[in-house]
Amino acid sequence: MSSRENVLGRIRAALTDVPTTESPQDVPVPRDYRRSHAEGDLVDLFAERVADYRATVVRADVTQAAEVIGRTIAGRGLTRAVVPDGFPPQWLPAGDRTWLRDDPPLGVARLDAVGAVLTTAALGIAVTGTIVLDAGPGQGRRALTLLPDYHLCVVRAEQIVGDVPEALARLDPARPLTFVSGPSATSDIELDRVEGVHGPRTLDVLILTETS
Amino acid sequence: MSGTMDGRGVVFLGSPAFPDAARTALADTRLRTNLRRATTTIRDKRLQVTGELDDWEDLRAAGEAVKRRTLRHLDVHLLRLEESVTRAGGVVHWAADAAEANRIVTELVRATGGRDDETREVVKIKSMATQEIGLNEALAEAGIAAYETDLAELIVQLADDRPSHILVPAIHLGRAEIRDLFATEMARWGRPAPEGLTDDPAALAEAARLHLREKFLRAKVAVSGANFACADTGTVAVVESEGNGRMCLTLPETLITVMGIEKVLPSWRDLEVFLQLLPRSSTGERMNPYTSMWTGVTPGDGPRAFHLVLLDNGRSDTLADTVGRQALNCIRCSACLNVCPVYERTGGHAYGSVYPGPIGAVLTPQLVGVEHAASLPFASTLCGACYDACPVKINIPEVLTHLRAEVVEAKRAGRRLPSPEALAMKAATAVLVSPARLGYAQRAAALGGRALARRGRIGRLPGPFRGWSDSRDTPAPPTESFRTWWRKNREGEQG
Repeated sequence: MSSRENVLGRIRAALTDVPTTESPQDVPVPRDYRRSHAEGDLVDLFAERVADYRATVVRADVTQAAEVIGRTIAGRGLTRAVVPDGFPPQWLPAGDRTWLRDDPPLGVARLDAVGAVLTTAALGIAVTGTIVLDAGPGQGRRALTLLPDYHLCVVRAEQIVGDVPEALARLDPARPLTFVSGPSATSDIELDRVEGVHGPRTLDVLILTETS
Repeated sequence: MSGTMDGRGVVFLGSPAFPDAARTALADTRLRTNLRRATTTIRDKRLQVTGELDDWEDLRAAGEAVKRRTLRHLDVHLLRLEESVTRAGGVVHWAADAAEANRIVTELVRATGGRDDETREVVKIKSMATQEIGLNEALAEAGIAAYETDLAELIVQLADDRPSHILVPAIHLGRAEIRDLFATEMARWGRPAPEGLTDDPAALAEAARLHLREKFLRAKVAVSGANFACADTGTVAVVESEGNGRMCLTLPETLITVMGIEKVLPSWRDLEVFLQLLPRSSTGERMNPYTSMWTGVTPGDGPRAFHLVLLDNGRSDTLADTVGRQALNCIRCSACLNVCPVYERTGGHAYGSVYPGPIGAVLTPQLVGVEHAASLPFASTLCGACYDACPVKINIPEVLTHLRAEVVEAKRAGRRLPSPEALAMKAATAVLVSPARLGYAQRAAALGGRALARRGRIGRLPGPFRGWSDSRDTPAPPTESFRTWWRKNREGEQG
């Protein structure tokens, strides 16, 4: 007998108290919990909660994206960054800077050395202060937001949802997903929180709003 | 390292039983200070973030119900998961016990081929399942080095020590010890610690970052556990904080995930419950820094090969016990450790298992059989704090008392003469049915007890009663019984 049949057989033998007529859907799951715990303005809440993780939050009008991005990375002393395909070109600041494309794919050593990446996001979650990346346009493959030590992530205000249930309902599980809540952190030594272990040690989040 | 019962892992070989291990741990005052500080800090954070959600009890009820739905039809969900993962380009393996899981992983690592030096190492994300099966030791025997990449797991590995907490495995070590460890041991495993390393946690984290980065960049194979896997979509999720998980899940060409069969969730939607319950219960954060989810393989992004090893290793036996099966609800948040008065004083090592604390006391005996961990169901005061804290409402006190009965049964079945406990209970019955006998017994106990007591406490009882006194002090009996006192002082008074 294969291990598969062995394990399945043991599970079935263990469940003799479950009526054969019962199906998984017959086991009730009360979903009385809220779809969202967000109250008030979603963008304000998102900005507040992201900042709680000691990420830096910048808010700007979409028409000023290039200017604000230029100022933000200059403030970090950076002159070059990886920019994945699909990142809106009108958001890239002009001037003497190097934008690296991931085509052909950059090697890990190169990504490690570059030091910075600019991306968009799939969505933001206000209550938890989370940005979600799904490798869509402007985000690139997962390694791009992992190896560089600096990540600037641009979230449009209309991409911000209230809470986790609303976010999962919008995401496509077939895509590789990364939920990011602040910079990488550890509390493994005497529970002292240290920001920045293996992921980007600096996370700047830029929230863009549309003027109507 | 792992003791095995017909190929099963879980228990650390050579560990003393809980009462002896606890006595040693209790004498370590620095350990107790560390533990009290850690458990108090996490406890307060957890209360704060769970208190933010006015429907926390509804979320717990939903979490418990999803787990009930999962376990009552576990075979159906696992088959569905197998189909979904396979369709997405992954390969599913089934392992009945630790030995088989270790064999599967070893063969998968070997099959990755390439140059020898590449295939003789793997990077690992902190994973309870692979600790349970003793995977690192099995790989080492096969000549494959397994590098732990979680900071605490790295510390424990460099120290050749054991984890003592599910969430913060190196909580028993202080910063000065960790500094010395890094300074002396890192060089043996790869990049040495920087010159002049201090015991500042930020400096130690930086040393770990540099030490591990070269391993991440060259790793061809990674091994992970799984927090959740959705049967309907085949999506696997890992929650973490440091980014070492993302490194392992993203950079190597081959990813091998070892997952207990109970970690499957019926649907993708169910994650909306657990991604709220887990971080708030575990680290006391609204959300952990990184959560990775993947479905099979994605061309051009991440590993080219994904293997999912479904591990039984005593879980189907646990499932067969209709009272004990709720222990399989566990999502390894460790909230029960942080609220437990016993854990707070003894720490994790005393439990002699990769699963310490209240959940370990109900899970370990079931995974390995109660006869192999008979002291663990008694490592509790039954105060119920663990049940209140559990995000999936495992009634740990209920399972503990249920397992205690099983331990007693197992002992009775194993001996021809009645046990001292059975004799004592029988004698107690005879005494308690007669007021005259009770009065006589109380007077006798007062005399005998006071003869044994030192400063009002009886430390160690004689003969067959030693079993009771091994783990607790008994107050000396008063000079007169309540009944005698009542007769002298209150009888005849009007209330």
